[in-house]
Amino acid sequence: MSTDAVLYDHPGPRAKIRNLVLTVVFGLGLLALLYWIYVKFDQKNQWAAELWTPFLEANTWVNFIIPGLQQTLAAALVAMVLSLTFGIVFAVGRLSDHWWVRVPAGAVVEFFRAVPLLLMIFFIFYGLPYVNGGVPIPAFWAVVVGLTLYNGSVLAEAFRAGVRAVPTGQSEAAYGIGMRKNQVMRFILIPQAARAMLPVIVSQLVVLVKDTALGYIVAFPELMQRGVNDLGANRANIVAAALVAAAIYIVINFLLTSLASFIERRTRRRGIRVPRNGANPVRTAAQNVAMPAGMGGGAVGA
Amino acid sequence: MDLLSDPDNLDLYLTGFSWILRLTGAGALGALVLGVILAGFRVSPIPVLRGFGAAWVNIFRNTPLTLIIFFCYFGLFSTLGLSLAEEIDVNNFWLGVIGLSVYTAAFVCEAIRSGINTVPAGQAEAARAIGLSFFQVLRMIVLPQAGRAVIAPLGSIFIALAKNSTIVGTIGLAESSNAMKTLINDYGSQTILIFLIFAGTFAAVLIPTGYLFGWLANRLAVKR
Repeated sequence: MSTDAVLYDHPGPRAKIRNLVLTVVFGLGLLALLYWIYVKFDQKNQWAAELWTPFLEANTWVNFIIPGLQQTLAAALVAMVLSLTFGIVFAVGRLSDHWWVRVPAGAVVEFFRAVPLLLMIFFIFYGLPYVNGGVPIPAFWAVVVGLTLYNGSVLAEAFRAGVRAVPTGQSEAAYGIGMRKNQVMRFILIPQAARAMLPVIVSQLVVLVKDTALGYIVAFPELMQRGVNDLGANRANIVAAALVAAAIYIVINFLLTSLASFIERRTRRRGIRVPRNGANPVRTAAQNVAMPAGMGGGAVGA
Repeated sequence: MDLLSDPDNLDLYLTGFSWILRLTGAGALGALVLGVILAGFRVSPIPVLRGFGAAWVNIFRNTPLTLIIFFCYFGLFSTLGLSLAEEIDVNNFWLGVIGLSVYTAAFVCEAIRSGINTVPAGQAEAARAIGLSFFQVLRMIVLPQAGRAVIAPLGSIFIALAKNSTIVGTIGLAESSNAMKTLINDYGSQTILIFLIFAGTFAAVLIPTGYLFGWLANRLAVKR
């Protein structure tokens, strides 16, 4: 891993001056931009006290933001547990020796990974009641099931990549001491895969937390619905409400991401064994999945 | 009228996916340009630029896209009065493109930065030793190699972008998720068929695209 500082020399006297000039120029540009935003907000009266004071009142937090946050976290938590389960089950299914398990599991994973989450939530929420005899689907479950199918499929791929990155000697040794395939999977491969893929898994959980915001579209009273839409409608302070809600999401996800990088540093320090043949498969597999995972998933070919 | 024979339904379907295509295309272009600039910022010698890039990535990567698109419409357009086109459809389209680009650029930036890390340090050192400046090292030595290393992650990002563009429907653009919702309301008995058509179209386009990017990534990888 080349460090960023490799791209430029330690600054000499001229470079120092040049960097200083660029810093000042860019800094001024940034300040000008911020001032422009400030002025634009001011023109539209967005700094008016009555738009921001609601966030100092208990009512706003007790009736809007905290209940919304609770719903967001509840949906995220249930979906996390379900999608981890879904991910492990389908990763194992995809690695099965029997084609009649492998092929359907692969089809399910590929399908749900390629379908926009919003389509699935719409289908579950608006479409299923037509099929199941008119029983309405609670918005909570529409969101949770959608999140589970989608993130579970992405996690299944993460687990699968992790299992394939475990050196083959591990499972050979396990078979050698007489373990069955089932035992090899449970005791040898999945634990190592889970550990190697932990950063990917956590960053997928960030995606999951963010995607709960889609619940707003089916009127699930989560943070976006309660803290931005309802509050904004009541107090006509939609911009302020959106900025506050964004800050809350950023804090939650920043904590999760920090956890992920902490875990990644820890696992790297402990040292995951790496086969000698060229590129490091654990890292490459992790990177391949890591990119789409952060983004909200995506099909990585091959 | 029947679901499959009514020409209006075909129209709804095609309009929906043509908006998705346009959102994906414009969003990908915007995100790529912004993302490369941000990645340059993040590896530059100037701390203010690095800070700006890092702030951008942390802010937009951790905010739900739904909220960003929502803000583009209710914040930028309704409240602050940023109008991008006369027609409401086109206006919402461009607002959506802004939201998608700003959000996706954070991921493109991180992908390219991780690509820069795959370029052996010796390459940049050699380039500096023959007297190239930071910008020249980046433009002629590092970015071309980094670009080839990140084809697969970039592919995944653009695939995710195509799926994410359905979220622009929340600000009233008649893209395919809205079209599907309309059809479900009109043809309740054929809900599953409708879902399979819309979801199937995404799957049929995006799964092969994923494999295409994987193949391209293998083919164009810098062999070391």
